[in-house]
Amino acid sequence: MFLIAPVVLMATVSFRADLSGDLLAPFSPTLKQYQQAFAGEGYWRLLGISALTAFGVAAIATIAAYPVAYFLAFRAGRRAALYLILLLVPFWTSYLLRVMAWKLMLGSEGVVNSVLIAAGVIQAPLDALLYNRGAVIVTLIYVWIPFAALPILAGLGRIDVRLHEAAADLYAGPYDQFRRVTLPLSLPGVVAAFFMVFIPTVGEYVTPLLVGGTGGTMYGNIIQDFFTRAANWPIGAALSVIMLTATLALVIVGLRLVDPRRLLAR
Amino acid sequence: MATPTARQARRGFPIIRGYYWLMIGLLYLPIAILFVFSVNANTTLTFPLKGFTLGWYARVVSTPALLHAIGNSLIVAVASSLAATILGSMLAVVLSRFEFRGRGALTGLAMLPLIVPYVVLAVALLILFRAAGISLSLMTVSIAHVVVALPYTTLIVLARLIGFDRQLEDASMDLGASYLATIRLVILPIAAPAIVSAWLTAFTVSFDEFALALFLAGRDPTFPVYLYGQLRFAQTLPILIATAVLLMAATLGLLVIAETIRRR
Repeated sequence: MFLIAPVVLMATVSFRADLSGDLLAPFSPTLKQYQQAFAGEGYWRLLGISALTAFGVAAIATIAAYPVAYFLAFRAGRRAALYLILLLVPFWTSYLLRVMAWKLMLGSEGVVNSVLIAAGVIQAPLDALLYNRGAVIVTLIYVWIPFAALPILAGLGRIDVRLHEAAADLYAGPYDQFRRVTLPLSLPGVVAAFFMVFIPTVGEYVTPLLVGGTGGTMYGNIIQDFFTRAANWPIGAALSVIMLTATLALVIVGLRLVDPRRLLAR
Repeated sequence: MATPTARQARRGFPIIRGYYWLMIGLLYLPIAILFVFSVNANTTLTFPLKGFTLGWYARVVSTPALLHAIGNSLIVAVASSLAATILGSMLAVVLSRFEFRGRGALTGLAMLPLIVPYVVLAVALLILFRAAGISLSLMTVSIAHVVVALPYTTLIVLARLIGFDRQLEDASMDLGASYLATIRLVILPIAAPAIVSAWLTAFTVSFDEFALALFLAGRDPTFPVYLYGQLRFAQTLPILIATAVLLMAATLGLLVIAETIRRR
């Protein structure tokens, strides 16, 4: 109810000429906003950049999380639960503060610069570490790695250990076992992890706000801007509709690649 | 040589344990740095460190606006997590125990908030509240948090209910219990651990949520919104970091309790 109604209403607002008067009052629809949103090359570019950023973040976080999940599924033994909690604690700490922590890491007087200066690698602090797209990407990868490990772990946990034994019986070395048994069977979990990172990252506006500076802006930031500073709700709504449509389309593609029910069932 | 055992099959990739610990190290490094600055005597968050102090922790309790914001977050988290848990549990019972037309559609609808970008949900709700003439308050934030927490609570309770034998309910009804009594005496006790962990999940989701709250909180900020507003002022940062460390410890405590209950 509270999801469908606002989305429908948002879609209607995106067709309004302006915001004068009652929001529920009838109005003559206009495509002005969409013309503006479609014509503005900057919007498309930013949507593309946001999608690319999210793609990169999701891909790297998933790849980085895979060995962690593999360790938890097959190597951690009796302490697996403890190791899992250890992995998830960072995820349960304040999101804003974790992003802030990266500001402290990458800032001109931050950890990375201090270490490099102390080691004599550089003389003056590097300013280029913070307030750009690279900083946004690094921070987001950091934020999502623990989360990405969960669906992969669920996928790996469903693999019958006897398959490994069978593979070993057939003289498959560790590498062949992994490549021909484990990896193919874990792919649904991998795809799920990718999308679980990708979707929230596309709509991200908080991290770019904190560590992105002017060069690291994402699509979510212009939407946020139109609803706050610029106070042009109709075009903000139109951009939101475009973003929602794009995300839903991607999710539908994702659901065709992997059936989420296969991860839930035991 | 004997038949290769599972143990032998697992022997490959010794490097993987090292990789796990490397990742853990990387994940904890920024948090460790935050902690270091929360006990560092200097106002600015730069190296070299100035010496040890617990003064920032003491100033947490003497900052009324901060405590007020934390109180707000608690109100929102309690209200939204209770609502999301009750709704999610009911939805889970309906989805797991009844066959009806549109069940797949209802499941999809319940999961939909997972795939709607937060910024889109935030502006959509903002428009709705304005159209309905509802002024922004902790109430509007709570509603948004119920929407985003509902998929989690539903899934957690659903996973538990699916794992149990439906014949337990049939038996209860055969023995003369009404459906309500069956819910109270059979389904609720079965689902109880999952309901508790669903509630705690919803609570932590809400307590830390910023992207929606920034749009919907109005003039009375929740803790993340307050924190965001204060990030500009360098001199209050160590206090905020100290607060976050305290909250982190509290959250961790809650989750350990949740995990212990769930494992019963």
